[in-house]
Amino acid sequence: MGSIVVDVMLKPEILDPQGQAVAGALPRLGFSSFSDVRQGKRFVLTVDGAVTDEHLAQAREAAEKLLSNPVIEDVVSVHALDEGHDGGHDGDAQQVGAARTQDTAVRTAAHETGEADA
Amino acid sequence: MRVGVVTFPGSLDDRDAARAVRACGGEAVSLWHGDDDLHGVDAVILPGGFSYGDYLRCGAIARFAPIMDRLVPAAQGGLPVLGICNGFQVLTESHLLPGALIRNDHRKFNCVDVDLAVENTSTAWTSDYEQGQTIRIVLKNGEGAFVADNDTLDRLEGEGRVVFRYGVDEHGRNPNGSYRNIAGITNERGNIVGLMPHPEHAVEAGYGPSTDGRGFFTSVLKHTVESAATA
Repeated sequence: MGSIVVDVMLKPEILDPQGQAVAGALPRLGFSSFSDVRQGKRFVLTVDGAVTDEHLAQAREAAEKLLSNPVIEDVVSVHALDEGHDGGHDGDAQQVGAARTQDTAVRTAAHETGEADA
Repeated sequence: MRVGVVTFPGSLDDRDAARAVRACGGEAVSLWHGDDDLHGVDAVILPGGFSYGDYLRCGAIARFAPIMDRLVPAAQGGLPVLGICNGFQVLTESHLLPGALIRNDHRKFNCVDVDLAVENTSTAWTSDYEQGQTIRIVLKNGEGAFVADNDTLDRLEGEGRVVFRYGVDEHGRNPNGSYRNIAGITNERGNIVGLMPHPEHAVEAGYGPSTDGRGFFTSVLKHTVESAATA
């Protein structure tokens, strides 16, 4: 079985109350280095057999249509999960449509999450 | 005058909405989310609640229910549709109304009586109100902050499509952090209205903070009768 990971983040300009709550809790635990927290969503889509380009294309479509709301969220990345890793730093990372990834907001959001593959 | 009220898994206020329709002289028709038929109703209410447990995003899964395949084109064709609370969330997820509803800025669920300024009385659901009138109805939500980009907000205000605005407290804050204090909006045609507060809980003396919610239901009744007369 293969897996596809879809990462979704709130757009940078949208208030993130959950991230703020986490940011507020960190200093109380002694984590004082983090000036902000943004919380996102990760979906793991499982397919039978290896992940194909068609699977990835369908995952991108699902990400735009259902998994994210383009009014408030960006699809940061859609990529096959490398079984040798735990995700997030996969060598075969594939980006969503070129138009979206050219968007400054997406790159900013990806940067904020520390995604190596963005 | 038949007003359909859609029940999704997790809808909460469908019965109250149906009761409000009847209390104001209409016939309420129960519509089921899995039924791809509007049964010839003259208007539709998407009620409050927590459809599909608010999983994924509020309203995101309900938006793809079979009945929505019928409702979306009907609404685009002029059928009066009112989305209350979760219903408003379904309307934004369906892109029938712009913007989105996110978690309250103070992160708490709140249940309070709110004063709303009525800013548009030309919609199918608000013609029985006076321009600038203040109504008091109940607001109860955890994810009711209306957000949109500035261009969308400017357009809504410029086109008079902000239907209701929250009153603010002494610090200038509204109850959930909605941008520009927007509580309810309409589409260009004025047949679709969505708002977070609950008019259906304010239609009978002794229940709720007022009977100010009746205007929604009497307005759509008149709208439908007038539409039939001119058809």
